[in-house]
Amino acid sequence: MSIFRHHKKIETHATLLLVLSFLVVTIGGIVQIVPLFYLENTIEEVDGMRPYSPLEIAGREIYLREGCYNCHSQMIRPMRDEVERYGHYSLAAESMYDHPFQWGSKRTGPDLARLGGRYSDDWHVQHMINPQSVVPESIMPSYGFMMNRTLGTSDAEHVRDIMRVYRLLGHPYDDEMMENAISDFFAQADPMGDPGVVDRYPGAQQRNFDGQPEVTEMDAIIAYMQMLGTLVDFETFVPDTSR
Amino acid sequence: MWDYIKLIVLGVIAIVAAIAANYARDLAYLVHAIIIFLTASGLFLWQIRRIGEPAPVHNPNEYMDGVVRAGVIATAFWGVIGFLAGVFIAAQLTWPQLNFEWAQGYLNFGRLRPLHTSAVIFAFGGNALIATAFYVVQRTSAARLWGGNLAWFVFWGYQLFIVMAATGYVLGSTQGNEYAEPEWLPDLWLTIVWVAFLLVFMGTIINRREPHIYVANWFYMAFIVTVAMLHIVNNVSIPVSVWGSKSVPVWSGVQSAMIQWWYGHNAVGFFLTAGFLGMMYYFIPKQAERPVYSYKLSIVHFWALIFLYIWAGPHHLHYTALPDWAQTLGMTFSIMLWMPSWGGMINGLMTLSGAWDKLRTDPVIRMMVVAVGFYGMATFEGPMMSIKTVNALSHYTDWTVGHVHSAALGWNGMITFGALYYLVPKLWQREGLYSLRLVSWHFWLATLGIVLYAASMWVTGIMEGLMWREVDAQGFLVNSFADTVAAKFPMYVVRTLGGLMFLTGAIIMCYNLWKTVTSTAERKPAPAAAVAAE
Repeated sequence: MSIFRHHKKIETHATLLLVLSFLVVTIGGIVQIVPLFYLENTIEEVDGMRPYSPLEIAGREIYLREGCYNCHSQMIRPMRDEVERYGHYSLAAESMYDHPFQWGSKRTGPDLARLGGRYSDDWHVQHMINPQSVVPESIMPSYGFMMNRTLGTSDAEHVRDIMRVYRLLGHPYDDEMMENAISDFFAQADPMGDPGVVDRYPGAQQRNFDGQPEVTEMDAIIAYMQMLGTLVDFETFVPDTSR
Repeated sequence: MWDYIKLIVLGVIAIVAAIAANYARDLAYLVHAIIIFLTASGLFLWQIRRIGEPAPVHNPNEYMDGVVRAGVIATAFWGVIGFLAGVFIAAQLTWPQLNFEWAQGYLNFGRLRPLHTSAVIFAFGGNALIATAFYVVQRTSAARLWGGNLAWFVFWGYQLFIVMAATGYVLGSTQGNEYAEPEWLPDLWLTIVWVAFLLVFMGTIINRREPHIYVANWFYMAFIVTVAMLHIVNNVSIPVSVWGSKSVPVWSGVQSAMIQWWYGHNAVGFFLTAGFLGMMYYFIPKQAERPVYSYKLSIVHFWALIFLYIWAGPHHLHYTALPDWAQTLGMTFSIMLWMPSWGGMINGLMTLSGAWDKLRTDPVIRMMVVAVGFYGMATFEGPMMSIKTVNALSHYTDWTVGHVHSAALGWNGMITFGALYYLVPKLWQREGLYSLRLVSWHFWLATLGIVLYAASMWVTGIMEGLMWREVDAQGFLVNSFADTVAAKFPMYVVRTLGGLMFLTGAIIMCYNLWKTVTSTAERKPAPAAAVAAE
């Protein structure tokens, strides 16, 4: 066939082969990725989403660091059993502030997308120290060391630096949030702390999560876990069928 | 002059790394800065001692095989490390006490799993790809590797990337994207190394003395250039501080998911498929001593494969918050992908036409054929699992893990072992392998190990998928999540055992290759000259 004869031109010319292969492999990505940045129905319009509070950012950083996404998803699919087990199916809007997304690909442990408010802080502390003591079948590792890792000013400053990058990328942190970033970081883990943190981050929970006087990694990870999936107001949510 | 430029560059890097170590904000960054400082200053001293020595003259008609030999050793080494890590984390899932408390989280599953995946995909697979690409491109182009010591830079630069990535995971430095965990510093370094790899490869092809570019090189070329594109786009991020390892990826939420799986699935499609098909297209015809079955099929399936693969990513995101149109596109193209994949399998298997009897006598060709067989099975299973209704059951379960391993152990592992068995006697000028009996042992241990692995994961995967969705007559869920975890235990033991067998086979291979180099008869010196049309 003549088409195969023409192929000779390509396979005797290194640069042509390189350029053509490259063009061929770009097409799929362009078609699938680029529209996600301009189609308006990609991310639903919802009430209640806000950027993470400083302490929640610290918790999310721990979540990434420990590789929790290797065993836990944060993406509830709209099947009967999943909605029954975990709650309302996940929306794209709910991960709009996640760099990168943490939807996961494997459920060695259960989905965590709506973990917030399901268990008490005490349960979480006990579960992180010794998972098998509250769930005998669990194969989760122990994370008790988080109780002993105190978070200080340099950790809070690191979180503020992360918030600066988030702001650069378009997260709606205003000047007031940036100025109070470090004090908010400590105030959220202190029931007697400045209540302004809850005004700035509606729905943020302010209490001593791990029961110890210092702010520790355990405070941060529980603050993060207790807000997962709690922000969106589903009373006002209308699904978009065109999506 | 060139020597002095190198000295200046190395000196500057060493000083900057020392400064970086001083200002380091976190442990991973500190360790990376120290590693870079030691490497750069060591090279600086080595370079300064060689100043004034006459540069060794290389015969441009001789192949550059030293770097391929190093690559073969690195492949075997990282293979054993990666399999060992895999067996260990499989045991952690079976017996969680192996997440040692005294290790304070550094050796927990969540940190070691990226270490395992990166060690097998990028360290074992990557070294196999670089080494064989360097070997194959020289033979099929009848030209020495282009760029002099640039090939050595690629090899050592890649090892440095691996060490930085691995230490980063254990010390908790990760971007949190599967298979793209390394942070901005190792990522930048890999980009430089990869561009050098592309230059060496393209330079050699441009210097070729054959009019046609051999089909294996099409695949290697597409693999190198596509991986460069994927790596750069998926890892665009802004460092929080130049003195810290943490960076913030630019993409978020649903776009981040789409880009990540566009990257992730094509790490499979190009790193673990196109590149390894390049290996298949050289080593199977050589070992079988038969020409490639069909030239036309190779043209059709090459272009179809690279065009279709890139669309398949969204099948990792079925029923998620990714818009439906993208999921449907992903599923459609994944199913179509079955055809070019089997085109490659047919071309590989049918190359044995007229040489099937070798399966009885040559365990190396047996290994390669089984590799292509596993490739065929995995590329049927994959499109099937990408159908949304099947995926509704299989997603999030161990079935996916089993699928990945039947492909990675069966296809990538076995074809690499075959290539190593072919290469070592050639590269070290030996008469033949030390022991074919040991190759047979390796073959059976590996094959049975994969069967145990895949079968146990099918069972747990389908079982937990069914248990999760089971509801009683009143519409209540029957099983708690913990019930499904407990039910998987026996199969997790079987999986660990399968992995252990695969690891044992690889260790036997290392022994066999070592003995081949050290205690078999030397082949009569045939000058490794670049002769046309090998």
